[in-house]
Amino acid sequence: MSDKTIYAIYDDDYVLLESAKHLVSKGIHIRDVFSPFPIHGIDPVIGLERTRIAITAFIYGMIGVSLALTGMWFFMIQDWPLNIGGKPNFSLLTNLPSFVPITFEFGVLCAAHGMAITFMLRNWTLPGFKGKNPYPRTTDDRFVMEIHASDSDLSEEEIKSFINETCVLEIDEKHS
Amino acid sequence: MHKEAAIREPLILGSPTYSDITKDVLYTIENKPTKLWKVLMTIATIIALWGVGCILYLLGVGIGTWGLNNTVGWAWDITNFVWWVGIGHAGTLISAVLLLFRQKWRMAINRPAEAMTIFAVFMAGMFPMIHMGRIWMAYWVLPLPNQFGSLWVNFNSPLLWDVFAISTYLSVSLVFWYIGLIPDFATIRDRASRPVQKLMYSLLSFGWSGNAKAWQRFEEVSLVLAGLATPLVFSVHSIVSMDFATSIVPGWHTTIFPPYFVAGAVFSGFAMVQTLMLIVRKAMRLEKYVTIKHIEYMNIVIIVTGSIVGVAYLTELFISYYSGVEYESYAFINRFSGPYWWAYWAMMTCNVISPHLFWSKKLRTNLAFTFVMSIIVNIGMWFERFVIIVTSVHRDYLPSSWSMFYPTWVDIGVFMGTLGIFSVFYLLFLKYFPVLAFNEVKSILKSSGEQYKNMSDEEFKKLHPVKK
Repeated sequence: MSDKTIYAIYDDDYVLLESAKHLVSKGIHIRDVFSPFPIHGIDPVIGLERTRIAITAFIYGMIGVSLALTGMWFFMIQDWPLNIGGKPNFSLLTNLPSFVPITFEFGVLCAAHGMAITFMLRNWTLPGFKGKNPYPRTTDDRFVMEIHASDSDLSEEEIKSFINETCVLEIDEKHS
Repeated sequence: MHKEAAIREPLILGSPTYSDITKDVLYTIENKPTKLWKVLMTIATIIALWGVGCILYLLGVGIGTWGLNNTVGWAWDITNFVWWVGIGHAGTLISAVLLLFRQKWRMAINRPAEAMTIFAVFMAGMFPMIHMGRIWMAYWVLPLPNQFGSLWVNFNSPLLWDVFAISTYLSVSLVFWYIGLIPDFATIRDRASRPVQKLMYSLLSFGWSGNAKAWQRFEEVSLVLAGLATPLVFSVHSIVSMDFATSIVPGWHTTIFPPYFVAGAVFSGFAMVQTLMLIVRKAMRLEKYVTIKHIEYMNIVIIVTGSIVGVAYLTELFISYYSGVEYESYAFINRFSGPYWWAYWAMMTCNVISPHLFWSKKLRTNLAFTFVMSIIVNIGMWFERFVIIVTSVHRDYLPSSWSMFYPTWVDIGVFMGTLGIFSVFYLLFLKYFPVLAFNEVKSILKSSGEQYKNMSDEEFKKLHPVKK
């Protein structure tokens, strides 16, 4: 099998989206798309599943909420119950209203930062890493499809001829 | 392709291509700083250094050098704190709330507004810290194990809620802003020709490549962060207001405070965004992207929030009379007719009367008028905080303790200084960071660009043919 990577370069997001639909209908698998901004509607076309990153945010948030509540229970009720301004600290439940703000803030803090860190790690984008986009202009005004010849039963020439049916700007290839 | 109603005015004027948008926004980053920038930077640096000097003097001598006394323990410091936090709120409102409402006009102003948020919260956070007197003990506000037995911080106190609220707000805003910046930094990285510039932006862009999955996650993260930041921004200023509302000082002890403070914060924040954006769009030639329509939309927000603030003032006044509590009613009689009457009436004129001039379409689309109004609103909102804080405490229950507050040069110097430090940060942002979220702006070009809006479907298909 050939392990050639074909890059189809477009100059417009709409054209790429329509071309992607055309190519997929011919049985071509599009490995990835590089673009300067999100192309809405491309995910189902190239078969991307919905990200689960929002679920992780919920989990981090819940961890934050429980940490905050446990912490405040320990500090204010268990370890050193203070009588502040004639308002004693008896139990977590009776004191709960005044713990709400910090519980909320800490939950948001953990959810936001946890999700941001997950986002960085999952994308594998961290300080000092090099950009993996094939052409520098894909972050400016170029829209590129990455197609691997080995991903479908079609031959390289067939794939290229299908790409050439669309208004592609340039076809580039790379042996890997 | 997503089509927008023809009666909506375009948000991008002219017919820029994707690459034109990049070039227009990155012009300042890729070229040497202009004379105007250098002049402004010099002035801002001088004021900032003066402010740093005042702060160092204050730390050395103690907060007795402020005009505070036994009766008025909170004055300009907390006024400035609340004012700066309030300014910060517009940034989050634009980037988070308008994202949830899918308002496309946010894209041209969210980046500079969020930068404003972050720098304003820096300035705000400084005031409670220097107010502690011994700033090196500032870490005592954190619940850390310590040498006094297990003496913890008081989690029942709104002042501690504030510590958590402000620090969460600052760090979450920073994360939200930075995640949005990453793709734009990647564009600068890929265009940079000078090695140092390439290295710097390569580090800042975290190796972003803009593949489909990354964009999908990016959009999800932005949406969830907006969903988290929206209640956060409301909670932060509510908690700031509880610093006052949970006390028993007449004039502070009111349940209207949280919504009233939040509306005031948005009001002053949008005014500050106007002040900054009117200068930025002119100086950086971004009129194509920050249009008169954007300015008008912001002025409409100013009318709405200004009206909410006005209703709150009048409600407060009425309830102080209707409650029948003589201390409460005196607090308000003293506000509008006592020794600080000028502050109260300055607040009333600037915040309640002046925003209603914006009902006139001619005035709210006039740039010079908007600029003047934005300054007036900022002054009015500063006076609002001053009125709430100083006029309430300077005459409370015990007439024998009544006193007056007069600011000293250190009070004034520290406040001027924070304006300088803020300007230094903001000017650095304008020079080295992409001022508009230009990659996001590209994504609305087809639905809200002037060129595309006037185009029929046939013309569009001719311009962007899909098949050969």
